[in-house]
Order: sequence, then C-alpha cells, then structure tokens
Amino acid sequence: MNVKHIFNEIEKVDPEIYERLDTRRNAMKQFSGIAGKLALTAVPLALGGMLKKAYGQTTTGVLGILNFALTLEYLEAKFYSMGNAAITAGTLMVPTAPAKAALQKIGADETAHVNFLKKAITDSGGVAVTEPTFDFTAGGAFADVFTNYALFLAVAQTFEDTGVRAYKGQAADPALMANNDVLTAALNIHSVEARHASHIRQMRKANGGLVPAGVNVKPWITGKQSGIDSPAVQASYNGEELTTQATINIVNINGLMISADAASEAFDEPLTKQQVLDIVGPFIT
Amino acid sequence: MPKIIESGTETLIPNANNKALSRRQFLGYGAATAALVVGVTACNKDDDNDMPSTGIDLGSGDFGILNYAYALEQLEAAFYTKVIMSPYGSMPAAEMALLTDIRDHEIAHREFFKNALGSNAIAALTPDFSTIDFTNRTSVLGAAKAFEDLGVSAYNGAGKLITNGAYLTIAGKIVSVEARHAAYIRDLISNGTFADGTDANGMDISMEPAAVLTAANTYLTTKVSGTNLPTS
Repeated sequence: MNVKHIFNEIEKVDPEIYERLDTRRNAMKQFSGIAGKLALTAVPLALGGMLKKAYGQTTTGVLGILNFALTLEYLEAKFYSMGNAAITAGTLMVPTAPAKAALQKIGADETAHVNFLKKAITDSGGVAVTEPTFDFTAGGAFADVFTNYALFLAVAQTFEDTGVRAYKGQAADPALMANNDVLTAALNIHSVEARHASHIRQMRKANGGLVPAGVNVKPWITGKQSGIDSPAVQASYNGEELTTQATINIVNINGLMISADAASEAFDEPLTKQQVLDIVGPFIT
Repeated sequence: MPKIIESGTETLIPNANNKALSRRQFLGYGAATAALVVGVTACNKDDDNDMPSTGIDLGSGDFGILNYAYALEQLEAAFYTKVIMSPYGSMPAAEMALLTDIRDHEIAHREFFKNALGSNAIAALTPDFSTIDFTNRTSVLGAAKAFEDLGVSAYNGAGKLITNGAYLTIAGKIVSVEARHAAYIRDLISNGTFADGTDANGMDISMEPAAVLTAANTYLTTKVSGTNLPTS
C-alpha cells in the first residue's frame, strides 16, 4: 500500500488535508507508526480512522457525497468562468451570439450549484471543502483549451457527461437514499447537467470538426463514442455502450426494432466516485 | 383510439408471448427483499392532495413507482410513434432523425418496464392526443416539451419514494436521457432554452406523483390512479 500516494490523491480534492491532520510530516509519521504495529489487513481501517479524524463525517455519508459533488461543481464553474472571461477578452473566439449566451447560462447554473451545495453542507453542520486549484490544460494535454473553441467545447462535453455519470453513481448510496431532501436536490442537479450536456453536444455538432471523421455527436451518448480525438477522455465514456439493463436485453426488445445504438443511448450509465476522481485528477493541481 | 402498444407501425407491436421476468431476475441478484413490504406499509390515504383516485390503479410500494414510470413511458412512446408515423409538414431530416431516436428510446424504456414488472405491470393505456395537431410543428414540439419536462420532474420527484437502490439507479439512468431529450426539444422550439425551466439554484423542479398524474391524465382515455403510491 502506497500511503503517500493515497495522501497525494486526497490532497488533490482537499488541499487542506494536512491542516486537518496537523501537518503533513506528522500525518505521515502518525500513519507509519500505526501501520507498523498493525497487520496489513487492518491498515485500511486505521487510514479510515485518520480520515474521519480529519474530516469529521465529511468523507462518508451525505456530507461526503455533497463535498464530492461540490468538488465537481467547482471544476465546472471555474471552467466556464475562465472560458467566459476568455470570450470577453477576445482570446476565445466563439462564432455566434447564441453560443456565447449558452455558455453564460451554463456557467451561471454551475456557479449556482456551487453555492447551493456549500450552503447545504454548512446547513447540515458540515464543512465545505475548499476550492481546489485547477489546471484545465490537464498538464499540457489541452494546452490551448481557452483559445481553441473546438477543444473548449470538447472539454465542456466531457465535464458535463462525466457530471451526469458522477451524480448517478451516488444516487443509490444508502446515506443519500435515507435523506429525501438531499437526494431530491441531487437529482434536480443531475438532470440539469444532462440538459447542459445535450446542448453542448449540439454546439459541437454545429461547430463541426468531430473526430473520427463522419462520427455523429447527438444530444445523447451513442455507444461509448465521444467524438473527441483524445484517449484522455475515453474513460468518461467507457461503459456507456451497455445494452442490457437489469438482465433485460434492450436490443430488439419484445420483437421491436431497437438498435444497439438506440439501446445504449436510452440509458445513461453511472460512474463510481473513484472512477470520477481518476477522470478529474489530471485537472486538479 | 387504439391502445398505445398498437399505435405504431406493425413492427412495433410487442410480442404477445413476452415472458415476464421475475423480480429476482430484474435485480440481477437477490437483494432488498423487504422493499415491497416497506412500500406497502408506507402508503397512506392523503386527503390534502389532488391525487387522481379513479382509473387504473398503479399499485403500491416500489412496483407502484415502477408502474408510474411505465405509464409515463407508455404516453411518451405512443406520442413519438405518432409523430414519426405522421410527421408535420417539411420536417427537416435532422429533426426526423433525432425525433426517431427519441421514439426508440421511449419504446425501449416502455418495454423495459413492461418486462421488469412482468405480472405486476398495469395494462396498456389508451392515449388521447386530440388536443395535439400532429400536422403542426409548434403543436407537436409544444406537446413534446410538456411530456419531456414532465418526465424529468416526475422521475426527480419519485426518487425519494423508491426503497430499492437498484430501481433508483435504473430511474437515474433513464431520467438523464429524458433531460437530454427535454433540452433538445426546447432548443428546437427556441435555441438556448435548454435549461430555462430551472429555479434560482440552477436546478430542475421535481414534481410529486399527484400533480404529474393530473397532467398525464389529460392525455389518457383510460385514466390512471396513484392513490396507493408511497408518499415519502
């Protein structure tokens, strides 16, 4: 078990992890001390105890889910805020006024989600995670994301589609199911992310230049296609090609002509928290 | 008016010998056996709402909620089937393609619920689309917007009424696709209005079954009743 790696990953979503644990050095020392005395199987338990000490209840239960959602909303809100600033500054060229208005609307929704979630966490007696520092070039892979409109839309599409999958992946968490108000709020955000995704996808289709040539990006996800020429985004689409739901095969169901494409489009698929953190990791410094 | 399941083309008529799947098969594994019991005990007679109380009973517990979803999907599938069978004048090819996609998605949803519910499924409903002018694009897209936004609000409001996590995840898989539809239809009506129905927090507005069914029943000859649905 690479403990340092675990703390580094946590630090990506919570830069204050070491403040919560006293200091980084003490955290490592404390953990090494514990781990050295325990059987290997008990190590995860000890780690969990340390994290609980650091966060109170915020890594588990409803507050953990809300902070996870908040992290994703920070990402989206900052992305559109920087994109819209670049549009205003004239460095990101957007071809039409409706496209500009749509990006403003989506950015405003994401900022509203951030504010709603922060308040929900505070009102529930929790502590909202602080906003991470983002690198939307993903370490240079998307170096011109705020000057290249096609790339900007591609990243936007990936964030929206990933957001939909992230909320969906938390829906059946017992803590969320036990809290009607938070569950309903999460669902009401989840569907708005899907509306955003639908529109961004239409913007990409209108803008052209989809990859591979001839691919058709629709408001819904066909198979596991992204229409984006980047292996980095594929993790956001893998699994969307599913055509069997709860053991029921949707293709040509009951003798009706339902293609594999339509069967995959008709159901969006969830991602686990870890899958989502792995996807957004490169965007968090 | 023919029944919904027969209102499509001949190839869309479901196989009458379709075998119902057991609840265990639906789950894919044995889990949450208490869900139905919990749902039944949770139901109550709420006098202070306007829940439609006459017509086909959707039932109680999680099956009641699945039948609620099945009823709404029947309505949507029948609507788009008719839209594609008799498209409004000079429907652009791009619209035809995507509205056909939506029809297929709604049929997939409807048939999924039918199979999942098996012997617990309500009957095929008879729609009443007499208020919709299928030759008129504005009328058709207006109705489509109403159906899609209603579907999103209905699923979002029903999430908390589901006791089985597997069912909730399935509902989540469907509602985001309905939201993608809703956004597309809204953009067809007026580009950029994809999320104009949100509240001040940038969130969709969920609806309780009573309000949803009152709206849905205006498009149904055979009414549905949700008096036995769970209320919390």
